[in-house]
Amino acid sequence: MTSPSSTTAARVRRQLPTSPWLFAAPGLLVVGIFILYPFVSTVVNAFTDRRTLIPGEFVGLANFRELLHDEMFWIGLRNSTLYVVGVVPALVLLPLLLALLVQKNIPGIAFFRSAFYTPVVASIVVVGLIWVWLLDERGLVNSLLEAIGVGRVGFLSDQWLLLGSAMAVTVWKGLGYYMIIYLAALANVPRELHEAAAVDGAGAVRRFLTVTVPAVRSTMVLVGALSSVAAFKVFSEVYLMAGPDGGPAGEDTTLVMLVQRTGTGLTGRVGYASAISVVVFVVTVALMLLVLRADRKEDA
Amino acid sequence: MSIAEKSRETVPAAVDVPRRRRGKRVTDEHGKHVRVWELALRYLLLLAVLALTVGPFLWQLSTSLKGPTEDIFSSPPKFLPGEPTLHNYDRVAQTIPVWDYAFNSLKVATANVVTNCVGAALAGYALARLRYRGRKVATLVFILAMLVPVEGIIIAQFTTMRELGLNNTLIGVVLPGCIGAMNVLLMRNAFLNLPYEIEEAAFVDGANTWQRFLRIALPSVKGTLAVVAIFAFMGAWDDFLWPLIVLSDPDKFTLTIGLNYLHGTFANDERLVAAGTIIAVAPLIALFACLQRYFFRGVGEGAVKG
Repeated sequence: MTSPSSTTAARVRRQLPTSPWLFAAPGLLVVGIFILYPFVSTVVNAFTDRRTLIPGEFVGLANFRELLHDEMFWIGLRNSTLYVVGVVPALVLLPLLLALLVQKNIPGIAFFRSAFYTPVVASIVVVGLIWVWLLDERGLVNSLLEAIGVGRVGFLSDQWLLLGSAMAVTVWKGLGYYMIIYLAALANVPRELHEAAAVDGAGAVRRFLTVTVPAVRSTMVLVGALSSVAAFKVFSEVYLMAGPDGGPAGEDTTLVMLVQRTGTGLTGRVGYASAISVVVFVVTVALMLLVLRADRKEDA
Repeated sequence: MSIAEKSRETVPAAVDVPRRRRGKRVTDEHGKHVRVWELALRYLLLLAVLALTVGPFLWQLSTSLKGPTEDIFSSPPKFLPGEPTLHNYDRVAQTIPVWDYAFNSLKVATANVVTNCVGAALAGYALARLRYRGRKVATLVFILAMLVPVEGIIIAQFTTMRELGLNNTLIGVVLPGCIGAMNVLLMRNAFLNLPYEIEEAAFVDGANTWQRFLRIALPSVKGTLAVVAIFAFMGAWDDFLWPLIVLSDPDKFTLTIGLNYLHGTFANDERLVAAGTIIAVAPLIALFACLQRYFFRGVGEGAVKG
């Protein structure tokens, strides 16, 4: 009954009340105002001497030159880098072993899988405070160590032990998360490969290295990339365990802690904190590229 | 030892009822027989990891239930409270307004769930289904936003909040993450995976965009929407760095910031801190216990995209 032109008109009318941009607008606005604009303004601010209450002026590379001579910056860079070195290998390997442990559908395995995931669900503040108490001079770990005759260890008083303890907490909290990622990957490993290797007389370790690892290698790269970026940006664990100042002389400060300390408050040096943030961006991107390149090299 | 005894006990029963023996035999997911010692070793390892992952929470719970006269520093340690008491939960509420903080956290988390579900579903649908100029650019905007490391832009986010006059408010806590770019992309992928034909049929029947979205597309992606909701709740409830920066007035603290304050001020009262942490973690553990599969699904979908 209707002519082609009136169909088109009806179609247009139907589309009009809800324009596609209306659907996308809230999301675009939020992401634009609170993510992309702050990102651009961080990069711009890094070249100014802006403070919390003072707009500031363009100062060129002065902030970055100051960074070179700022001892606290180097301490932060060292600690955040050490964090990557310490945490990433553990988070690539341990969750894989854990996934192998919970992979078989034996009775009660669903309970174990869920239980191992519990630390992921808890807030990092809760996790941090639990471990501050566990590793306290008079806490559970030291009570146990004393009971077996090792003696008490100052996990939270020595700067290196504290950093190591914080890494252990990060690994502890991340285990369950990456375990689930590995479980999904392991489900796709053809069983025949394992059986063939077993028939050939390969032991468990050999089968792990020659069958499992190659089969889940791309997942290992993914976990490596995710965990290294997260580790470099560490804040909460160290903040809670070492205190807001990163220990008495700030020796356990990480880069993001330094950003938070430098840039907030009424006298916050927004420009300088932004320069540190830019370093965080650059290293984060570099880490991603490094992991992806390492992956490609292994391919060749 | 006990395993050997156990298996010896079950053998006569198995001989009596040969049929049941096949049913009771432990097999793996491919129906292959599992050796007993291997199984025992597996359970032993599982229990060891269980002690490591859940033990710390239980120790915290135990500490929070120990009375003021009970020694919490004893060596060897006492794992169970001698006389369990809720006294510490009363005390933590007298020390900091912990229930107000919990309510603030609940407000922030609930708002985050609503805005993320609505905003991400709408934007995801626009990216997946609607044809318009600039759709590719819009998708790219969300991808770029997802790649920005949030920890690096907190200072600029804070100055933005100040400019809007929203620092030190709960709205300021919610806003930056209220429509997560990753959630938008998750929803987009969920909509893309739906067969287009059903919506085409509805289109022919005269349903407009809004009707197609609400009646046809949205009910088909409930699973992904649940994942978005759960991770939005957990993210807001657990968040620390951003509320720490944006909130300065102790009246407006969320639970995590309140706990940090409690820890900083009353650090040597372990029973008090323990009670506070249990209050903060219990709701999420309950939520997780009820909705596990969505938590696990979220890891898979998030990891591939993130």
